Formats: sequence, C-alpha cells, structure tokens
Amino acid sequence: MIDEGTRVMPTSDATGTERDTASPGTTQGSPSPKSIAVWVLVGLVGAIGWGVLALSRGEEISAAWLLAAALGSYAIGYRFYARFIAHRVLKVDKTRATPAERLDNGVDFHPTDRRVLFGHHFAAVAGAGPLVGPVLAAQMGYLPGTIWIVAGVIFAGAVQDMVTLFFSTRRDGRSLGQMARDEIGPVGGAAALVAVFAIMIILLAVLALVIVNALAHSPWGVFSIGMTIPIALFMGFYLRVLRPGRVTEVSLIGVALLLLAIVAGGWVAESSLAGTFTLEKETLVVWMVAYGFVASVLPVWMLLAPRDYLSTFMKVGTIALLALGVVISMPTLKMPAVTEFAARGDGPVFAGSMFPFVFITIACGALSGFHSLVASGTTPKMIQKETQVRVIGYGAMLTESFVAIMAMIAACIIEPGLFFAVNSPPGVIGTTVETASQAVTNFGFAISPEALAQAAKDVEETSLLSRTGGAPTFALGMSEIFSAVIGGAGMKAFWYHFAIMFEALFILTTVDAGTRVGRFMLQDTLGNVHKSFKDVSWKPGVWFASAIVVGGWGYFLWVGVKDPLGGINQLFPLFGIANQLLAAVALAVCTTLLVKSGRLKWAWVTGVPLAWDVAVTLTASYQKIFSQDVKVGFFAQRDKYQAGIDADKVLPPAKTMGEMETVVTNATVDGVLCVLFAVLIIVVLLDAARTCFKAIADPASVKLSEVPWTESKIVAPAGLVPTAGERAELAAAGLDSGGGRAKEPVA
Amino acid sequence: MSPAAPGRDGRGLSGVERLRRALARARYFVREFSGEAAYDRYVAHARAHDPDAAVPTRRAFERARTDAREADPRDGFRCC
Repeated sequence: MIDEGTRVMPTSDATGTERDTASPGTTQGSPSPKSIAVWVLVGLVGAIGWGVLALSRGEEISAAWLLAAALGSYAIGYRFYARFIAHRVLKVDKTRATPAERLDNGVDFHPTDRRVLFGHHFAAVAGAGPLVGPVLAAQMGYLPGTIWIVAGVIFAGAVQDMVTLFFSTRRDGRSLGQMARDEIGPVGGAAALVAVFAIMIILLAVLALVIVNALAHSPWGVFSIGMTIPIALFMGFYLRVLRPGRVTEVSLIGVALLLLAIVAGGWVAESSLAGTFTLEKETLVVWMVAYGFVASVLPVWMLLAPRDYLSTFMKVGTIALLALGVVISMPTLKMPAVTEFAARGDGPVFAGSMFPFVFITIACGALSGFHSLVASGTTPKMIQKETQVRVIGYGAMLTESFVAIMAMIAACIIEPGLFFAVNSPPGVIGTTVETASQAVTNFGFAISPEALAQAAKDVEETSLLSRTGGAPTFALGMSEIFSAVIGGAGMKAFWYHFAIMFEALFILTTVDAGTRVGRFMLQDTLGNVHKSFKDVSWKPGVWFASAIVVGGWGYFLWVGVKDPLGGINQLFPLFGIANQLLAAVALAVCTTLLVKSGRLKWAWVTGVPLAWDVAVTLTASYQKIFSQDVKVGFFAQRDKYQAGIDADKVLPPAKTMGEMETVVTNATVDGVLCVLFAVLIIVVLLDAARTCFKAIADPASVKLSEVPWTESKIVAPAGLVPTAGERAELAAAGLDSGGGRAKEPVA
Repeated sequence: MSPAAPGRDGRGLSGVERLRRALARARYFVREFSGEAAYDRYVAHARAHDPDAAVPTRRAFERARTDAREADPRDGFRCC
C-alpha cells in the first residue's frame, strides 16, 4: 500500500487536459460577464456589511449587516480561495479513485452522494461548540468575535478541514494521529495522541459544566432533559427489536416525545413535583458522572445510537429554524461593537485581553482542531471524488461558522446588562438581583433589579444570575428570536427550554461518545502493558478504562462547580488552548505533507494559519502561566491565595479557608495543564520542522504513505449543483445528479 | 450502485408527476441522510458482485452495523 514515488504520479498531463475540457466548473478559463457581475455584487454586499459594522459607533444596528458581512465573505472565500486551494495547491484529481470507490464494501467504505455526505459531515463537526464560544466572546462586543469567526474560518478553519480531508482521503481515511506518526515521526505522533486524550477530558468537563450551570435550580430543564433518557431507551428498543433500521419513523416519534417532554417540564415546574426536580449543582455533577459512566458501558444500541439520531435530527432542524428566525425577525444588536473589556482585559466572563483570548475562546466556528478528527476518519471513507473536498471540507466548515455567527447574534440582541448578569460568576455580581444590578451597572450596562427578575420570570426560571457557560444566554437570545416569529411573549418560556434541551441533548451525546473515544485510546495504550486491555469486549478492562476517563472529566467538572472564581471563567481558556493545540497538530501535519509532497511554494496555505495559531496558543499559555495579574495567571492566583492561607486571611471571592484551598489546588492543576499543552505544541512543531527541513534538504529521502493512483470509474459533480459540463458528463454516463459508477461506457 | 434519485429536469411533465418526483427526491435524501438506506445499499452491493450472494436479514445487518461502533467508537464520532 505504501508508495514512495507519489510525487511523480500521473496526476497532470493527460488527465489535466481532460479536466480542462470536460468540466467547465473546474477550468481556469476566463469567466463570463454574467459571472463577473454576480461576484462583484456578492463582494459589494459583503463590503457594505463590513462597512456598516465598522462605521457604526454608539447606535444600535440591525443583525442584517452582520449576516451580510459574513455571508458575502463566505461566498467570496468559497468561490476564490477554496477553489485556488483545491486546484492549484492540492491539485485535486477527478480521475483518481477515492478509498470509497476502491475499497467499497457497502458498509463503512461506500461512495456517497456529495449532498448527503455534506449533511453527514456538517452534523458531525457542528455541535454545542459554535454556540458557546461566540456567546462568551460577546463580552468584548460583537465586532472582535465576528471578525475572527469570519476571517478565521476563511483562512484557517475551513482550510484545515479541507486539507486534512484531502490528505486523509489519499491515505484510505487514516486518522490524524496515524498521519502524525507516519508523516512527522513517532515523537510528534505520540505528542499528538496525548494532546487528543487531554483535550477530550477537558472538553467533556467543560461541556458537562455548561449543562450543569443551565440545569441547576431549574425543575423544568431537569425534568425535560431527564426524560430524554427513557425516550432514547425506547427508541433503541424500537430499532433493535421492533423495526430494525427504521430510523426516520423512530426519529419522528422521538422528536414528538421530546416536544411533549418540554411542554410537560412546564407542568412539572408548576406542580408539587417541582421540589423533586430542583437540584443543586453538586447533585447534578454526581448525576452527570453516574450517567457518563453507565451510558458509556451500555451497548451502543441502547442509548448512544438512538440519542445520536435524536440529537442530529434536532440539531439540523433547530439550526435551520434559527437561520429562518433571524432572517424573518431581523433583530437589532444591543451590545456595543467593542466593549471596554476588550482593551482592558478585565471582563467578568473570562479574563485576559482581546489578543490572544478572543481567539482562544472562539474555537469552533473559526478554527477548531477537533474537526480534523472527523475530517480524517469517517468522511474520507465515503467521499465519491477528490474534487468534492472543497464542498465537503471547506463548505461544511463555512456552514458551522455561520452557526457561530447566529450564536453571536443571539448573545448580542439581549440587553447587555442581562448578558453580564447571566454570564458573570457569583463572586463578581453576588447572588441577589440587587447586587447583580449594582455590579452590572458599575460595568457601564445599567439594568434594574426588577428587569433582571422579570427576565427570569419571562422564561419561568427562578433566577438567571450567573448561569455561565453560554447555553442559557444563547437560549435567551433564541427565545427572543423565535417568540418574535411564533407565539409572542407567551411562548418565551417554551422556546427557552427548547433551546436548553437542544444544547443539552447533543452535549449529553458528546459526553457518552467522547467517554467511549477516550476509553478506546486508553485501552489501546494500556494494551501495551497488559494485553487484555486491547480487547474491547473484555468487560473489566472496559469498566476500568471508562472509570478513569469519567473520573478525569468528573474531577474537572466538580472543580468547576466548586471554584469560587467561577468554573467557566477558569476552565474555558484551558479548553480553548487545548482545542487550538489540536488545530496546531492538524495544521502541522498538513504543512509537513505539503512540503513533503513537493508543494513547498504553497506551504504558506496551512503554514500561515499554523503560525497564527501557534502565536495565539503560546501567548495564551504564556500569560496563563507567567502573568502576574491574578485574574489571568494561574500561578499568580496560586501565590496570592497561598499567601492568604499562610497569613490566615480569607480573600474574596472565597468565603472560607476551604474555598481558599480549592482555589490554590485548582490554579495549580490548571497551570500545570497549561505547561503540558505548551510543551506538547512545541514538541509537535519541532518534530514537524525537523521533517520539513529534511525533506527540503534531501528530497530523495522523502517517504510518503500515499496510496498509488488508480483510475476512477465514478462520474460525479464537484459542487452541490452540477455545472453544465458536469450535467453533460452525467447524462453521457446515464446517471442522475447524484453521480455514481458509469452505467454506460464513457465516451 | 447509483442512487435512485429522479432527474432534475421536470419540464413537460404534469403537476402530479412533478409532485411525485419531488416527493421521491425528498424520500431519497431522508433515507440516505438518516442511514435508513444502508441495508438496501449493502444488499445491492453484495448482489452486484454475485446475484445469488447470501445476505444477512435486515435485523442481523442493522445489529452488526450498530455493534461495529462498539469495537471502534471513533467511527461516527461527533465533534463539540
């Protein structure tokens, strides 16, 4: 399978000429006047959007401008930059068979209609992430986050997804970790593996924390989300025993039951049962950890698979509804473009200045390392044509970025005073509407205690104060948008809990699936010590490894709930750094591969985003480790509170000596993790640089593990809509717009 | 192996016929996206090579497909 001379594979010449004549969609010829006019217009829409965003000072503007700026930029990025990368840099070859075609087994390897695969890939990469980061980053105003989401996705995030997908496709769908080992070296590969595992633990803890913060003291939320477990069990039973494989009908039943559970949550909250479902954060942590363990050791068919169908169904449906809602209601952005926290770096949601912390906080939606795990796994085994990496890799990431923009809009249309009351830890704003109103007004965003109480009452919650983590804020924004379209103010509470349910559903799915992935990696590593661990059906091994993974994220979750400085405030930067570290691994693999495959002059395509990502991640790590500002530096925090303990003094926001000790322990653990992440990133970079220099100095020594060229018999369009030339090819092959193996010999 | 989606060219057709085609297209996408078409695809794949190939029942196939995720949970993993 291993081929050493790939750089001289017949990808150009004969096939190149055919490409130019057969398919106008991919030619580099001169464009028609109509196409020029259309693209000038698209460019103008984007430019006007950005112009309005940049020039508005003080006045509230419509979210339409934000949408115009984002969509205009995406269209230009997709049309020009993604096309340039596909044809000039990667030189995608439509005559080359993909793994799906060569290894087609009708099950996991099979050529899939690009429009279907786009949906699969999008559903796999977009989850709660793009809904959380932008909400938190909104504390600096809508502009810094929006610029990063749009510029980041065009030049970094979508590029990473597309290039990883391309290289993995050329390697039979090898995973990122395997590619790092094969192409960079064993050291870089091992570092990448440790990085993935560490990220998984932090990710699960942060996501679980988001849910705990949204559900604490919310009988409505707890009941509705609790009901998803019996619903999923029923669906699992239905699919296993009653009617195997009937996914659509069972998903419809599931969604109907889910909506009923949301409505019933409202009844429960008003009944005598409310007390039973009103849980403290600590209790919820215990439930989450127990759930995580049990769910991850149960058979996949019982809970994970049906929950996955349900959450995908809800995800795609809700995102589509939200896009529609934003377009119909066109809300106004109440948050300033840039708040004072951007410059001062002392915001209550997360500490630190705009650079690097906005770029750490918003990962999903701009540049998300996690995507490289999806782009190098399932998707490459299903792609019909190499030419489709553009629409699937780049296109799906643009769509996720659009979801992030909608989350930003949702966060910025609610009263800024309410935003800060919801997102600041109790240590900053206290625990009553009076103290919160006072504190938030001091930030410069006046809101009365009555308004805060009314906002909670509108969504039938006892309090909205310090519901950090993004989900409740997003739910407030979404209920605002949806109730403007359907149902009016009376439906606000329903839509709020609908949004909470929607986020909780896929976070719980991720908790289950992520624990399994972490366990799998752990078992694989432990297998080197004790052989039985590699056997995934050996129950003691499964339980032991699951317990360790659940214990890992459970620890951070517990710590996050108990931390007087605020769990999200402390943990989210760690999650961001970890995610961007994974992006650095992916971009380093891509850059190394570009260099090794003789594309040195194009290495900047992933090299520049890599340099930026490394600058951001290392600066953030450096500040988190060495900053003397106790709000930013973990070790400065440790020193301050340790000194307090030594002097027998309790320092706010800690209220007891016990809390002082909690702060010291947490700051130490978090600080050490930051050091670990920084070391990992440097190790991967050095190893990648070594490989690159070797490849440049001695091109003859390069070994690529690319699968040799095999002729493709599939005819399929590159983009979602076939071009005229592609349509003619399809017709000649006797195929419809989905493409496939030619029915009649191609002329 | 080609999916059975009807063509997009609906010119010269009656309203009923156009509606029927639109519904068939919607059904095709729903079945493909939800994974409901997996069994049919597998059978078609197996029969394409050998028309008399023994194929598992749908029940057995769906079970095996779900249980495969047990062996390697990284397949089909979803991101944050």
